[in-house]
Amino acid sequence: MSAVSPATLPTVKAPRPPSPFSNALAFGWRAVLKFRHVPEQLFDLVMTPIMFTLLFTFVFGGALAGSPADYIQFLLPGILVQTVVFNSVYSGMGLSTDLSKGLFDRFRSLPIWQLSPFAGLMVGDVLRHIIAGLIILCIGLILGYRPEAGLAGVVAAFLLIVAIGFGTGWIFLVLGLLIRTPMTVMTIGFTLIMPVAFASNIMVRPETMPGWLEAIVVRNPVSHMTTAMRGLLDGTATGGDVLLALAAPVILTVVLSPVVLWLYRRS
Amino acid sequence: MNDTTPLKEPLAQKRTTPLAISARGLVRHFGEVKAVDGIDLDVPRGMIFAILGPNGAGKTTLIRMLATLLKPDAGTATVMGHDLVAEPHAVRASIALTGQFASLDEDLTARENLILLARLWGFRGREAKARADELLAAFELADAAKRQVKDFSGGMRRRLDIAASLIVTPGVLFLDEPTTGLDPKARQGVWRMIRELARTGVTILLTTQYLEEADQLAARIAVIDHGRKIAEGTSRELKALIGSGFLHVAPADPADIDRAAEILEARLGAAVQRSAEGAQLSVMAGTPRDANEALSALMAAGIEISDFSMGSPSLDEVFFALTGQPAEDQDCKEAAQ
Repeated sequence: MSAVSPATLPTVKAPRPPSPFSNALAFGWRAVLKFRHVPEQLFDLVMTPIMFTLLFTFVFGGALAGSPADYIQFLLPGILVQTVVFNSVYSGMGLSTDLSKGLFDRFRSLPIWQLSPFAGLMVGDVLRHIIAGLIILCIGLILGYRPEAGLAGVVAAFLLIVAIGFGTGWIFLVLGLLIRTPMTVMTIGFTLIMPVAFASNIMVRPETMPGWLEAIVVRNPVSHMTTAMRGLLDGTATGGDVLLALAAPVILTVVLSPVVLWLYRRS
Repeated sequence: MNDTTPLKEPLAQKRTTPLAISARGLVRHFGEVKAVDGIDLDVPRGMIFAILGPNGAGKTTLIRMLATLLKPDAGTATVMGHDLVAEPHAVRASIALTGQFASLDEDLTARENLILLARLWGFRGREAKARADELLAAFELADAAKRQVKDFSGGMRRRLDIAASLIVTPGVLFLDEPTTGLDPKARQGVWRMIRELARTGVTILLTTQYLEEADQLAARIAVIDHGRKIAEGTSRELKALIGSGFLHVAPADPADIDRAAEILEARLGAAVQRSAEGAQLSVMAGTPRDANEALSALMAAGIEISDFSMGSPSLDEVFFALTGQPAEDQDCKEAAQ
């Protein structure tokens, strides 16, 4: 006979209800634990952008910008944008996984602020975007990239990364709520995001493209984000650049956050 | 119970009844399907109460409504004195739900899962850890505390899942099919934990597909089918309703099966059920003596019997006795409607 059993458990009353903020922090802690237990996920996050960086810098860099060294100066800020846009797909996958496993049923039956699981996902996403961004930046520094605006520029660039990730994340939260199979979320997510990411000024200057494509590319929100990212890191960004870059994240948040709420409450 | 909406507390107190759950006419439809179609339920406090029914009977929908995860289309219910629709937050503060699928984060360790939930309830760092360790010890999981949940066996997972529902002692604990998919040894383990837990005074509402499970654990059982309650009572009352057991007979010559069925029906005065393969007959027998006489009648009519047995009723037979329909026919019937 063991001394302790479910029969010996004392009656425990609920402590004072925690604030929504501390609920969100608890969910953020969960995201940190996941990094510790599943460090492989970092590999998923940065492998594609690292491959793109190396491939484009050394294979096409000479042809596109005269030399790999000149090209990486052009490419790296764009790769940061591409990384955060691609990685927001994983937020939707994570949500879909939690929903399919019934984890959200437990969260939803707790007397907590109903949106704190989402706030927690956001905390995790921000961490993810910052970690992936730092890894890409380090690779860039090793390859010879130099942010002309120094530390202040890097900090501003990472704030923009967080804003972009927050905005695009909503698209994939909607997908995650609608689709119960994480793999399908990923497939649909990348199918949506690939053309948007490539028909942009991340890798090639739009002036070199056919007129019709150039017209699309210069209007692509990803191009605005990339222009602002380059400007912030080089120290040449104008307020207008930054506002244009933030337009899409703001619109996505305003339009899609009520949709996410509605889908979540409906289920 | 700590009520997180203190303003409503005096009102809620006034309405408090000795019942843990009181539901009237609960209805929930999914499109054309009436998952729950008007269920009344009274669950006294401190009792293990079982909802018994086959797959698709509406058990999970009922429990999800009572746990505030689904809004009822019609009907009213109070849980620990709080109205389900008007005070969902107060209901959530007095219940815990262990869903059908382990609702745990597989990547985290057992201890981290419990600490996360304790923090969500509002315990601070050290208190949260202490509560997690206490629960791990009580559910015999202390040795596995630092292992990721994805490496857990089915039985360990269910135990952790139940422990996760007890961070704060709930007024009502909902257990949705707590032992589905477990091997017999793990099932015994979970049963033991549930029984011990009930001794602390927690009201437990569990759903199950197994008559044996309801029989072993619950003081009262409600049998549901097609979203309706078709019987309710203690295990003994339900069995009395069904008879002491079922007589199973297999005629040696399949050609005799129709004649044998007629004789059994005439002798025992109950409908005869044929096995899916059609080679065996099952019929409710009031007493072993009745069964014996029915067998004698078969022999007197010259029907050779290759096998016979007397058994307590299976869930299928309970359903047959209560509804005149085998439990498995549900999907076909739904398709036909």
